[in-house]
Amino acid sequence: MRRLRTPLSEEVVRELEMGEQVLLSGVIYTARDAAHKRMVEAMDKGEALPIDLEGQVIYYVGPCPPKPGQPIGSAGPTTSGRMDSYTPRVIEKGLRGMIGKGLRSPEVIEAMKKYGAVYFLAIGGAGALLAKRVKAAEVVAYPDLGPEAIYRLEVEDFPVTVGVDTRGRDIYEEGKRKYRKC
Amino acid sequence: MMREIDVAEVRDAVEGLCISACYDLPQDVMEALKKAAEKEISDVGRDTINLIIENAETAARERMPICQDTGVTIVFLELGQDVRLVGGDLYEAVNEGVRRGYTNGYLRKSVVDDPFLRRNTKDNTPAVIYTDIVPGDKLRIIVVPKGTGSENMSALKMMTPAQGMEGVKKFVVETVDKAGSNPCPPIIVGVGIGGMMDKAAQIAKKALLRPVGQPNPLPHIAKLESEILEEINKTGIGPQGLGGCVTALAVHIETYPTHIGALPVAVNIQCHAARHAEKTL
Repeated sequence: MRRLRTPLSEEVVRELEMGEQVLLSGVIYTARDAAHKRMVEAMDKGEALPIDLEGQVIYYVGPCPPKPGQPIGSAGPTTSGRMDSYTPRVIEKGLRGMIGKGLRSPEVIEAMKKYGAVYFLAIGGAGALLAKRVKAAEVVAYPDLGPEAIYRLEVEDFPVTVGVDTRGRDIYEEGKRKYRKC
Repeated sequence: MMREIDVAEVRDAVEGLCISACYDLPQDVMEALKKAAEKEISDVGRDTINLIIENAETAARERMPICQDTGVTIVFLELGQDVRLVGGDLYEAVNEGVRRGYTNGYLRKSVVDDPFLRRNTKDNTPAVIYTDIVPGDKLRIIVVPKGTGSENMSALKMMTPAQGMEGVKKFVVETVDKAGSNPCPPIIVGVGIGGMMDKAAQIAKKALLRPVGQPNPLPHIAKLESEILEEINKTGIGPQGLGGCVTALAVHIETYPTHIGALPVAVNIQCHAARHAEKTL
């Protein structure tokens, strides 16, 4: 089990291997479909992004609202593939990690290899357990998007698995091959 | 003799059902997950199922949503024909119940007003409501918060009668195989066969409400269910797609008479957070 603190350097990210369990601590940012669309539209217009992506990790999540006294409500990963058409653009901007669940496109994996970014998996549907590893949350961009706004999360020992590493090795392909016809 | 039900009772029931459905995983789903953990041969797969169980227990104990995707609220109403509804508009009452449930239960509001303009309605309304008129003087309300991770992996195909059971089997298994890790396996696979396009989709969704693993009463359909389940679990996808022998907990098929020239098949996929709650007024 490896412990990492964000932001992540390219060097550290390139050391990570598919299947490795990692506990992430520090700041991570949330973004899903609508926030990605706006970020890429801003890039197309040459406008500044609301957050500096260099070395950062984006968590694909739209959390539940917190109850009084909680920093955040349930907060598990959403399906990453919906972000695929935008992802190579944000990786070019220095993004080092993504947390989500589900398959990624060949274009995303190519960008990860080229620029040095890693795809972490969190357990889909484990929103209540994962919320406990989030210590603070605040909206930092696009508040009108509600649950799709960009949040800055402070996490402690957030449990993830390296799903696709910078060599393009994919845990989903390998796992499936191993247990086919079991 | 008509029995009167005030729609305010419907509103309050829907509010409570939205919250309990999102916090409390049904007992049959929990049991199916525990059995799956025993059956799974992959260590990672077994650990994953155990974490899924721990998550559901945590959610129930701490009164919080099992999954942050508290979905589009699907509401099935089985309205007795001897019921007279009073006090207002039934569907407005259902939507007001959803509005209150999603607000007071701290559930995520995931509905946008238009498929292209995509403005969040901020209260999870409108619900998707299906009403059946049935004999009797009761109103049964079933609330199903359906997330999009699994819903997006669903599929429908208008097959030909010649393609028959083999064709259906192939289509269902291919749909699940293509979905891979996306719909949060272990999944429950709802299949609707027959009717017309819309009917197949509707019964596929309703098939998800059956207690997990309870076979269809028709022997040839029950046989098809178990054959498809076996094929699905040979894909190797496994819990969360990390590899293993439990990709699906169950396959539930519902059928309906169809046209001489038709074989519509709908596959509705349900993630492991198979949430639903019901109340009869």
